[in-house]
Amino acid sequence: MRPDGKPEGIRQSMSWLHTWTGIVLGWLLYAVFFTGTLSYFLDEVNLWMKPELHASVPGADAAQTAAVALAGMQKLAPAANTWTLEMPNERQTTVSASWRDRNAAAGRAGTKRAELDAATGEKIEARETRGGNFLYRFHFELHAMDRATGRWIVGIATMFMFVAIISGVITHKKIFTDFFTFRPKKGQRSWLDAHNATAVLALPFHIMITFSGLLLLMAMLMPWGAEIAYDGDRQAYNMERRGMVAGAQQQREGEGKEGREGRGGRSRGGAADAAPVDLAAAIGPMMAQARNAWPEHAVGRITVNRPNKPGATVELRAHGSDSLTTRGASERLVFDAATGKIKERPPLPTPSAASAVGNVFASAHMGRFAGPAVRWLLFLSGVVGTAMVATGLVLWVVKRAPERRKLGRTPFGHRVVEVTNIGVITGLALATGAYFWLNRLLPVEMAERAAWEINGFFLAWLAALVHAALRPARSAWKEQCIAIVVLFVLLPIVNPVTGGHGLFTSIPLGQAGIVGFDFAMLAIAALFGWIARHLVRKDRPVAQVVPAPLKEVTP
Amino acid sequence: MSKNTPLPASYRWRVASRSVAAIFGGYALAAAWAASMSLWLQQTGMSRVDAVTTATMSSFVVHLCAALWVFAVASTRRAWLGIVLSTALLAALTWLARAGAGGAA
Repeated sequence: MRPDGKPEGIRQSMSWLHTWTGIVLGWLLYAVFFTGTLSYFLDEVNLWMKPELHASVPGADAAQTAAVALAGMQKLAPAANTWTLEMPNERQTTVSASWRDRNAAAGRAGTKRAELDAATGEKIEARETRGGNFLYRFHFELHAMDRATGRWIVGIATMFMFVAIISGVITHKKIFTDFFTFRPKKGQRSWLDAHNATAVLALPFHIMITFSGLLLLMAMLMPWGAEIAYDGDRQAYNMERRGMVAGAQQQREGEGKEGREGRGGRSRGGAADAAPVDLAAAIGPMMAQARNAWPEHAVGRITVNRPNKPGATVELRAHGSDSLTTRGASERLVFDAATGKIKERPPLPTPSAASAVGNVFASAHMGRFAGPAVRWLLFLSGVVGTAMVATGLVLWVVKRAPERRKLGRTPFGHRVVEVTNIGVITGLALATGAYFWLNRLLPVEMAERAAWEINGFFLAWLAALVHAALRPARSAWKEQCIAIVVLFVLLPIVNPVTGGHGLFTSIPLGQAGIVGFDFAMLAIAALFGWIARHLVRKDRPVAQVVPAPLKEVTP
Repeated sequence: MSKNTPLPASYRWRVASRSVAAIFGGYALAAAWAASMSLWLQQTGMSRVDAVTTATMSSFVVHLCAALWVFAVASTRRAWLGIVLSTALLAALTWLARAGAGGAA
């Protein structure tokens, strides 16, 4: 697209497309990338934000933990229809219990939850917080609007992102040489190099994360295939799709599983005699059988159907899955509670090629399968992606610096982009830091506590935007970066002071989840510290260091 | 391209026109692809649920290619023509598949 209508090559037209799709939704995409990247540590953030749970330290014997937890459930919910216990693991210190009473409402509404101390089985009262779930939800459905609207906005932005990435690849004929090119301290040239390097470095990640993001929202964004092939009965399509991955996707959803497993328990269990079983005593041998069945996997979840009633069953599910294609489905053993014998060994689902492809993308996007090393790799890829969006946004402003100088003033539109860049790029990090601080500073008994943590997040974000508008751009960048460093570097200290397990406690106890959060905070502080140091050292306007005219980037 | 000379209005209109073609035209094309492939893939023996999943997943790539093509092609008129014709073709294929299925049943 050239104003003079002259012919142009494919790369020029793609460069144009890349710039404009990028700037139109860049800020939103930055927020999605930033909060999405933190969501790779969702469990860790949730754990950190409930310091009351840090004191729960499971013993070495998983069977003992299971017995204690079942005894706890016996006190907590003896009349419930089902108990579900998520066992402690490297990302979780407690036993997460949920249960459903006999006439409970369907789905999430009817599920009650509690965190049990892994050593004693006692219920732990944790502070009220949305924790990492707020950041996780924000990254695909935003906030303060209904979920569908938020998902549409993010979905459309993702489509733009997809176009921006691929057109960006086409723009770069020298994509691999560019990756090895970095010309520091050359103003615009350096920003372009940084944008290219971050884009190329994690290109497979960027394409995967964007495309899989679209697939996760596809039922909403592109319902027309299901609409026409199922005569408008989209529900039927969704049911059939989920049927292929039976047993998967329940970890957080909690919907459907009770129904399915509950039915199994009722239909097959009627014959056993009426004496209630002491589950805490019976679980030991079952755990031993599970250990023999899958030596590589620990028991991740225990589901008891019809506890204290005739025909009770106990289902043990392996923690973690070996396969991406099944979207986290893992092996299960169902025991007859009365006899302790294996009743069922449900086979793992074998998805069709189409749903296997979809499942691989979904698994890769969410990283639920990932062990610590892969999780950190995904997190760092997310950081690189966030940096790619940020450098692209900054590049838009830097590229227009010569034009500004020629005009002798700053066009209003340029200033708006500049201020918004600061308010979003450093502002969002500040808001997130404030959110974590408020989690520890707001009184535990405060009314609407969880909501105020979130209000604080948005107020801090707004303050950052106002600050960016009032200060010269360069000072605003510098001051906000320094503020971010202060906020994040102190979090590992605030943690033990306000009731959590600090690094000196969590490392010896091997509480990887808590350690991971503290290190992620230090990593963020280091990143912004590096930027701040750069800004302080070379404290002169960017415009003065713009080098000779650039040939390759004229769109 | 942002020189000091203001961009001519005709250029701005062409950009707007192509954006509409890429965003909405591209979406219509992708939707028509998803619908027609959901039906036609079943003809190859694929199960209904897999046909829909495959068609829907690939439709995002169709949208992407449409958007790239709209901005790469030389004239705005050709961009529109290409989008409208291929959407119409896929819509016709959808209709054909439905008619065929209806006739057989």
